[in-house]
Amino acid sequence: METILAILAGALVTAGLWLMLSGNLLRFLFGLMLLSNAVNLAIFAAGRLTEGRPPLLEPGGARPVGELANALPQALLLTAIVIGFGLFAFALALTIRAYRSFGHLEVDRMRLAEPEEPRGEA
Amino acid sequence: MAQDKSGFSLSRAAGYLAAAVAFALFAALFALAGAVLTTGAVLFDLAWVPSLGIGLSFMLDPLALIFAALITGIGGLIFLYATGYMGDHPQFGRFVLFLFLFMLSMLGLVLARDLITLFVFWELTSLTSYLLIGFSHDDPKARRNALQAMLVTAGGGLALLAGFILIGFAAGSYDLAVILQGGGLQTSPLYGAILTLVLLGAFTKSAQIPFHFWLPNAMAAPTPVSAYLHSATMVKAGVYLLARLHPALSGTGAWEITLTLAGGATALFASVMAIRQRDLKQALAWTTLMALGVLVLFLAQGTGVALTAALTFLIVHALYKAALFMVVGAVDHGTGSRDVTALRGLRRAMPLTAVSALLAAVSMAGLPPFLGWIGKELLYAGVTPWLVLPLLAANALIFAVAGVVALRPFWGAPPGPLPREPHEAGWQMLAGPVVLGVAGLVFGLMPGLLQPLLDAAVMGFGAAPAAELHLWAGVNLPLALSFATFGLGGLLFLAAPRLLARGTDLSFADRCWDRLLAGLASFATCLTRVIQSGRLSRYLTLSFLTAGLVTLVTLAAKRPLLAVDFTAPLPLWVIAGFMLGGAALALTPHSRIANIAGIGTVGIGVALIFLIFGAPDVAVTQLMVECLSAVLFGIALLRLPGITERRSPRRRALHWGIAGIVGLSVTLILLAITAHPPDRQLATYFEENSFSLAHGLNIVNVILVDFRAFDTFGELTVVLLAGIGAWALLKRRIGRARG
Amino acid sequence: MRSPILATGARLLLPLFLGFALYILLRGHNAPGGGFIAGLIAALGFAIVIFADGPEAARRMLRIDPRSLGGIGLVCALIAGGGAALSGGAPFQGIWLDLPVLPLSTVLLFDIGVFLAVIGGVLALIFALEDSGKAGG
Repeated sequence: METILAILAGALVTAGLWLMLSGNLLRFLFGLMLLSNAVNLAIFAAGRLTEGRPPLLEPGGARPVGELANALPQALLLTAIVIGFGLFAFALALTIRAYRSFGHLEVDRMRLAEPEEPRGEA
Repeated sequence: MAQDKSGFSLSRAAGYLAAAVAFALFAALFALAGAVLTTGAVLFDLAWVPSLGIGLSFMLDPLALIFAALITGIGGLIFLYATGYMGDHPQFGRFVLFLFLFMLSMLGLVLARDLITLFVFWELTSLTSYLLIGFSHDDPKARRNALQAMLVTAGGGLALLAGFILIGFAAGSYDLAVILQGGGLQTSPLYGAILTLVLLGAFTKSAQIPFHFWLPNAMAAPTPVSAYLHSATMVKAGVYLLARLHPALSGTGAWEITLTLAGGATALFASVMAIRQRDLKQALAWTTLMALGVLVLFLAQGTGVALTAALTFLIVHALYKAALFMVVGAVDHGTGSRDVTALRGLRRAMPLTAVSALLAAVSMAGLPPFLGWIGKELLYAGVTPWLVLPLLAANALIFAVAGVVALRPFWGAPPGPLPREPHEAGWQMLAGPVVLGVAGLVFGLMPGLLQPLLDAAVMGFGAAPAAELHLWAGVNLPLALSFATFGLGGLLFLAAPRLLARGTDLSFADRCWDRLLAGLASFATCLTRVIQSGRLSRYLTLSFLTAGLVTLVTLAAKRPLLAVDFTAPLPLWVIAGFMLGGAALALTPHSRIANIAGIGTVGIGVALIFLIFGAPDVAVTQLMVECLSAVLFGIALLRLPGITERRSPRRRALHWGIAGIVGLSVTLILLAITAHPPDRQLATYFEENSFSLAHGLNIVNVILVDFRAFDTFGELTVVLLAGIGAWALLKRRIGRARG
Repeated sequence: MRSPILATGARLLLPLFLGFALYILLRGHNAPGGGFIAGLIAALGFAIVIFADGPEAARRMLRIDPRSLGGIGLVCALIAGGGAALSGGAPFQGIWLDLPVLPLSTVLLFDIGVFLAVIGGVLALIFALEDSGKAGG
């Protein structure tokens, strides 16, 4: 089962990076979302998969018989997802702001901080 | 400033104070000398980085005592001298501070018992000497030469650090006491690397060929600095290091050959250069190089005579060289010139300076009954037979230079027109040369004063017993060689005016150095242009490519076990299929709605996977986030333009390749991780304690709000800051800042 | 394109969302749920109002600046964590008042802090993006 998640994560990373390399800020964001989903899957798979046994104790605090799903990666993922959302939303805000300032979304033409060097400078 | 000269000045007081501190340190060393000689070493300890086995520990053994005494004793005289020489300089306070820091660094260097401590002080001397050499910082030449000195010595220092770390590996400790008593590192497999790196450090610091060029250039420093750095301290640090590590590293063919060649070549080359200089200070600088070469040459060997010769010559040289530098400074100060050809007959105007110059020069020339004579006799007694002739030539040249520097300016016809009317220096400037010159005479007449210290120091190198210091050792080969030296030296002295160098061009090594720096700068420019082109897509490309390739190469080299197992429940296959379809939909440039739908499919697929494998909390969170992301995208799309694919097909293919490499490495890493049995230690801990410690049945929630609550708190802050940041970003009216 | 039916529906839905969020929040310690999920659910309720009835309506219903709401949440969490530290425990250690019916604890306060901070942060993001159209014109 982990194998399938591993391949899925690899495929999503590939698609995500391809979008991030496209040079368009909006597509970069699309890629970022795919990438964060892929990374979450990878963390989940690295903690091993246990089918249908959420990490909940029985009333009274007894531990159910048999192996429960690993709680640690779940706790990490829960915050990672929310933080990832924060990152994504902030990036979206930046994108809108950039579009307002530049009038386009092509990253290679955004050179306010590092202007093109004049050629032939000795 | 002139009217200020006689009055009280705070910075002048600082100069006297520094001198007093230096003399007090000297006295303290003198008081400890007895203990050092009877017990072998006095130790001080301070824990510093105990977890790495690095201590701020110091050790005063006979070898360290010799160096420390020279550093503090000459240091005190230099502070006095500097106060007379440049006490009215507007930045004299700063000068005293730099010089004092330098003295302390130097003292720390020779007293350090821990290699890392030694290294720190080593680099501190490089740094403080940079400040001192470049003290006249409005002179571009001083700045250049200071930078050169620092780059060369600090660069060597880095090599030294690497060498020290290797020594730490080989000897199992950074403690010098352990290393030196450990029976040597000569048989260690790391010996070759250690020797190379340590010698790089020592040779750059002590200006051995081919790193000699920075030393004469360092004469851009004010004369008190030259007198201090190039007599007893800075350049001797390399010699100290070689002597210090002698027991652990010497005795091999590589050690002997390298030191002999470097030392011999430096000594000979420098003594030839010395006699060709017009500038008195430059001439002295080159003779310093000669002395360093001789010291390295004698440290190549391990016999008692050679080591005694090296240590004696070290003391001889420190005494006369500091004195002569101070004399030259006094002449410069009194006449405004340092030109050998212009200065004549100054003894009438500057009688005391002339006398101290004579005292020092006689010791330098190696005439009896001075300590220089004893030193030279020992050199001849200890030299390897095939090096007798080069040593004779070098000594003869130095004999001649001694005459040029200390006789010519003071004797002969009255001086011609000089920039200033010659006048005698003040007492502060005379104290140093006189004391040091007299010391050379006293030690020459009573060599027994130095004998116990030298015996103990040479004993510290190993079994070889020290040679006896004698003013008269009988009629033997060294005596004959001494007379040959005087004869040849006399001839060279007479010929000296004809040997003067004509131009003042940069030397060959200097030109190479400048070219090296220029090359380095253009290489950096080139590299910056390639890597930091200002094109964001290129930054991304390079980062992804590096990350992917590094991972793949590591995986290929390590060949970890990979777990491949395609058994899985049917729903997982279906979900995976949908997610791949969603990802494909996200790639199209034609419809942004389709993109968002595709991304949403992927996100919901992830949520379902969480749900199947027992993570309902995470699944719900993921679902909510997907919904909210869709809302945000919906809002954003109304405000953003459509997208077009601008990449050429070739570029797209290239990007597929790069993305594929990273994706592949992610898959492989995961397969490698899952091939090992999981570590459920923490999960088990949480399962067992979640109710008993935190009264919760939902383990995930317990982790978030109790076990790892501090982390959660940090994450809340981030989410809130993202919201506030976006708010600030989008609410600010454009253009308002301008008004 | 604003539909009165949708707007009314959203307004009716919001209390439902909030009630459900509270339920999820309070049961979170013992069953699936908790502050993060509850916060997201509540934020989603407001997001629906924004879509159906415009941001002004959502703002009116929220009554408080989302940034302040988030700040209050952060302070709650901080009190929960600091309270434990002040009463002699480690920072963020749970303290439980053993009441038979109502399990009050600093842990619950912390989770409420999470809830409020998530609502505040997410709504601040949404409002900021929603408003961004107006400024640029």
